[in-house]
This record gives sequence, C-alpha cells and structure tokens, in this order.
Amino acid sequence: MTETKANRVSLAQMQTGQRGKIVEINGGAGLARKLDALGIRTGKEITKISAQWMRGPVLLQQDNTQAALGFGMASKVLVELSVRNEK
Amino acid sequence: MKILLMGNPNVGKSVVFNRLTGANVIVSNYAGTTVEFTKGSMKLGAERAELIDVPGTYTLEPTCKAEEIAVEMLGEHTDGDVVINVVESTNLERSLNLTLQLLKRKIPTVVALNFWDETKHKGISIDNKKLEEILGVPCVPICAVTGEGVNHLVEKIKEAKPSGYEYEDNQRWQKIGSIVDKVQSVTHRHHTWLERLGDASVRPLTGIPIAVVVFFLAFKVIRFIGEWLIGNVGEPVFENLWAPLMMKLSGLLGSEGFIHNILIGHLIEGEIDFMQSFGLLTTGLFVPIGAVLPYVFAFYVVLSFLEDLGFIPRLAVMVDTIMHRLGLHGFAIVPMLLGLGCNVPGALSTRILETRRERFIAATIMAIAVPCAALQAMVVGLVGEHGVGYIAIIYGTLFAVWVLLGVIFNKTVKGESPEIFLEIPPYRIPYMRSLAKKIWIRIKWFLKEAIPFVLLGVLIVNLLYTFGIIQFVGKITAPVVTRVLGLPQDAVGALIVGFLRKDVAVGMLIPLGLTIKQLVIASVVLAMYFPCVATFTTLVKELGVVDMLKSATIMIVSSLIVGGLLNLILP
Repeated sequence: MTETKANRVSLAQMQTGQRGKIVEINGGAGLARKLDALGIRTGKEITKISAQWMRGPVLLQQDNTQAALGFGMASKVLVELSVRNEK
Repeated sequence: MKILLMGNPNVGKSVVFNRLTGANVIVSNYAGTTVEFTKGSMKLGAERAELIDVPGTYTLEPTCKAEEIAVEMLGEHTDGDVVINVVESTNLERSLNLTLQLLKRKIPTVVALNFWDETKHKGISIDNKKLEEILGVPCVPICAVTGEGVNHLVEKIKEAKPSGYEYEDNQRWQKIGSIVDKVQSVTHRHHTWLERLGDASVRPLTGIPIAVVVFFLAFKVIRFIGEWLIGNVGEPVFENLWAPLMMKLSGLLGSEGFIHNILIGHLIEGEIDFMQSFGLLTTGLFVPIGAVLPYVFAFYVVLSFLEDLGFIPRLAVMVDTIMHRLGLHGFAIVPMLLGLGCNVPGALSTRILETRRERFIAATIMAIAVPCAALQAMVVGLVGEHGVGYIAIIYGTLFAVWVLLGVIFNKTVKGESPEIFLEIPPYRIPYMRSLAKKIWIRIKWFLKEAIPFVLLGVLIVNLLYTFGIIQFVGKITAPVVTRVLGLPQDAVGALIVGFLRKDVAVGMLIPLGLTIKQLVIASVVLAMYFPCVATFTTLVKELGVVDMLKSATIMIVSSLIVGGLLNLILP
C-alpha cells in the first residue's frame, strides 16, 4: 500500500515521457466530464508528452488522443506511475 | 428530409459536407472550425435532402456553447430525418461514446468511419462488418479528403435505421470497451516521423526553435510569393495592358471633368498613376487586385497549410503561458492569426473562447493591434522604401500595444479566464486539393468583401474632395490631427476613409508627401483607431452593442495616446 502511494503523483508532477494509470480526477464534475469526453478517465493508461516552462500546459496521450490541459487541471489528475518507468 | 452530420470535433464533418453538397465550407485541422451550423442540399436519388453540418461535440451532455447548439439541433429532428455520425477510425473507443448516445435517441443513423486510410499507418484494424452487426446500423469506411467511400456512404443513407442496441447509461464505457475489443485489433508499430515531429513541436526545448523556424519560413514564403506575383503578374498586367486601355478611355472622356475624375482620376504628369490617380477604374481596381491580393493570397497559402498540417493547436500550447498574462489562453492565438489576414474572420473566431471576458479581450486587442493583410500590404509598400527599420517600428509598436492592452485588460476586466483544454490532433500532410479549395474560398471571399468597399471608398474620396469636406473636417480636427499626431490636416481624409477600407486610406497618404515619421505615425494610427466597417459590424454582432462601445472607446483613446507618444519620441 505504501509502495503504490509513493508511486502516486499528479499529472503536473510527472516527468515528460513517463507512463501511468489515472487513479483519480479531483477537478470536480467539469474537468472529469471534459476528460471523459475525450475518452480519458480513471483506469486509463496515459503518457505525458510534454510540459511547458513556468507552470504552462501539460500534454498527455491516451491511445491516439492527445490533449493539452492547463497546469491547474493537470495538478488535479492523479496518476499511478507504471513500474516500467523505474529503470 | 434532413440529414444531420454529427461527430466529435475535427473528425472531418465539414469535409464530408463539402463532398456531399459540393459546397465550400472552411475546414482546418483543429477543433471548433465550424462554430455555427451550415446548411446545404444534396441529391439523394430523385429527391433532394437538406444536409446540416452540426458543430462538433464529444457528448450529448453539452459542456460548451458549440455542443449546446449541436444537442439542440438534434432535438429538433422530425420523422424521416437521418443522422450521419462521422467517426474518427483512429480513435474508435472515444468516438463510440457519442455514437452510443446518438443510437439511444432512436433516430435512423449511418456511421461513417472516417480516416480509414490512417488506421493502416497506425497499425489499427477494424472489422466494420462486425461493428455493423453489433450496432445494428450501417458502418461505412470512408476517407473524406480523397473522397474514397463517400459514394458508398450516400447509398447507405437509405438503409439508415434506428438501432436496436440497448444499454444502461452508467454501463456505457464498459459496453464501448467490449465493442472495441470485439471489432478492433492493434498491432505494435513504430512512431512515424510525423508523430515524432508532432511531439517535438510541443516540447519547449525543441518546440520553441521549431516555432521560430516556422514563423521565419512563413514570413519568407509570404514575401516571396507576394513580391513575385506583384512583379510578374500584377504590375505587368496593370502597366502594360490596363494602363493603355484606361489612357484611351481618359482621352475619350476629354482628360478631365467630373466623370473622368471619378472613373480615371487625376492624371499625374499626363499619365495614370495607379496608386495616386484615385479613379474607380484605376486605383479602385489596382489597390485590391494589384497591390493587396498578391499578399492576401500568399498569406492564405501559408496559413491554410499550417492549419491543415495541425500546427496551430501546437502553437496554442507553446504560447499559452504568455497568453495567460493577457487574460487569455493559448487557443486565443487563433483569432490573432486569422486577424492578420482579415479582422472579420478573426472576430468571428473569438467564439472558440469560453467566456465573455476572453472574447472581449481577444476581439479588442485583435481589432486594435492586429493589422489585416490589406493594410499591411499597403504599409509595407509605402514605408518599405524608407528602410526595414521603419516597418519594424510599426510592427514593434503594434505588438507592444497588443501586449500592454492585454496585460491591462487582464487586471481590469471582470470575469473568468479558464485554463486551456484542447485536443491536439495528429500532424497530417495537407491534401493538396482540399488545401487549394480552401485558399480559393478565402480569396473569393476577400474579393467579394474588398472590391465593393474599395470602390465605394475611392468614390467617397472623390466626393469628399470635390465638395471640400476633407478640408472642412481637417480644420475642425486640426487640434488633434496636427497638434497631437503631428500630421497635416489633409490626413484626416485617410482617417475618414479608413472606416471603409484601410488599404484605400493608406493609399490616400501617398500624395500628401508625408515625412517618414508622419508615415509611421499615420500607419500605426490607421491600424489602431477604429476597425473597418466590415469588422465593426461583425464585432457588434459578436460582442453586443455595449461591449462594442467600450471596445471602440478604448480603440480611439489608445490610438491617440500611442500616436501622440510616437510624435513625441520619434526624431
């Protein structure tokens, strides 16, 4: 349990290129619904494609969908990092 | 009979629409190009059907204005209507979310599996027959840009029927998951170079240099195409073919008089000067076609290419942080880019922004500080002779105004500016035929909008001079125009005509023999002080009368301040 907790970061904190599974979306119904419309929801594997400097937007990929979301929104998406990331 | 084209944003509904109706709707590789619905008609066997291009929506539980419109339109359907659900084959799972919601409405439906060709590159294989069996409605693979499969889609419209597929709403994603498992198999494959380039374009270390290179190339290409067309097409045609013809007409009209001056204008040293004569058939045609069109064409070639490629949403991500300082988010770069061509589409595209505050800020700074291609072409032609440095002062001033006003608005305008939330489509090599078509639509639109107003502008210039109105208004406004801006009284004529067409207004400056300092000030003030009438009416519609009054006040005041400051600072 503690192990998985340690692996749990927000999308904003993830490193570019890391993969992980979405475990929680804290942004209220609005954010969850917007993401859901793109097929991005709890339980889905995502990859962080990029982040901009100075708390700029974060780009994530799920299947063939890429979405950019503001840093604030990205902080509300909690991700469990995949073991494959640990080299 | 009505046919509704529905689907997620940016899945090619408008391309299908153009295919089926032969109509010309602008399509681009980013979400939200169609902000209001478009109607057209198509032949379906012996009858005609009305085809409606509904704005893209991810869901029937709307999250924004465009989606609300889509859901409303679906609600207005009557018996016998059909929905064509355009689906992105490369994103089947996500697309089916809307599909299943549509099927629940029990409206006869056909599913069009668009981007079928792209699935192969992406290692995706979809069994459309099996999908058809499960959903109980026809599922037709198509590739809308090339037209493959579109005829087959038309045949299948007759077979559209309400689906018998049943599910509980809270089970929707599980159902979708099991459908996708049954009909789709994905094989591992390597990233294509376009995907690598796409990702590199949104990472700061590589993305910023890429954006700089793109802008540099865009600028070079626009200048090259524009100058080439003017030098090799525009000037030869006007100087060698049109001028002799007009000189004959001038002779027939007796080389002077009211009619002569209206049609041909004033002869300069016995010759027609297309920039200075100011007749309807000389300057009136040369300005829009000879001087401005080459640059407008060049601009739209480059913009349309970047749009279809998918560069614009990536640029939106890269500039997001900066745009937040102006109370906007990155996607607000779209009205600014479109505004560089013509402020009217720029103003219309502010609809892609979510809140009234954002739309007000974006529309106002666009109308004030983003010069349209017509104005730019004339200013570059006129000021360029004196050196690139002066052009840099004009653009630099406008850019500073754009940033400064945005920062002030961000601090003062009430309301909310949400964060960016944007789907980033894959890079796609533009399909030349649809690219050419889009450029053609835009050029046609430019000519239709510009020529009548330019002619009207030239006519009014003549009337204003003939009746001494410019001299009269010049005297009244002298304190402002002369003292504050440092311009001669006659320059007020350009400010009057600038309300109709800014390119004609710049043309009016030529005979005044302004100093380079006055030219720079006049160019900046003309760009800022007020939108042209076409932009003005669009802004009134988009912002409402009250917000437009505020916006217009800001325009006039800020142009006087900036013009006055330039007058003080410039040597």
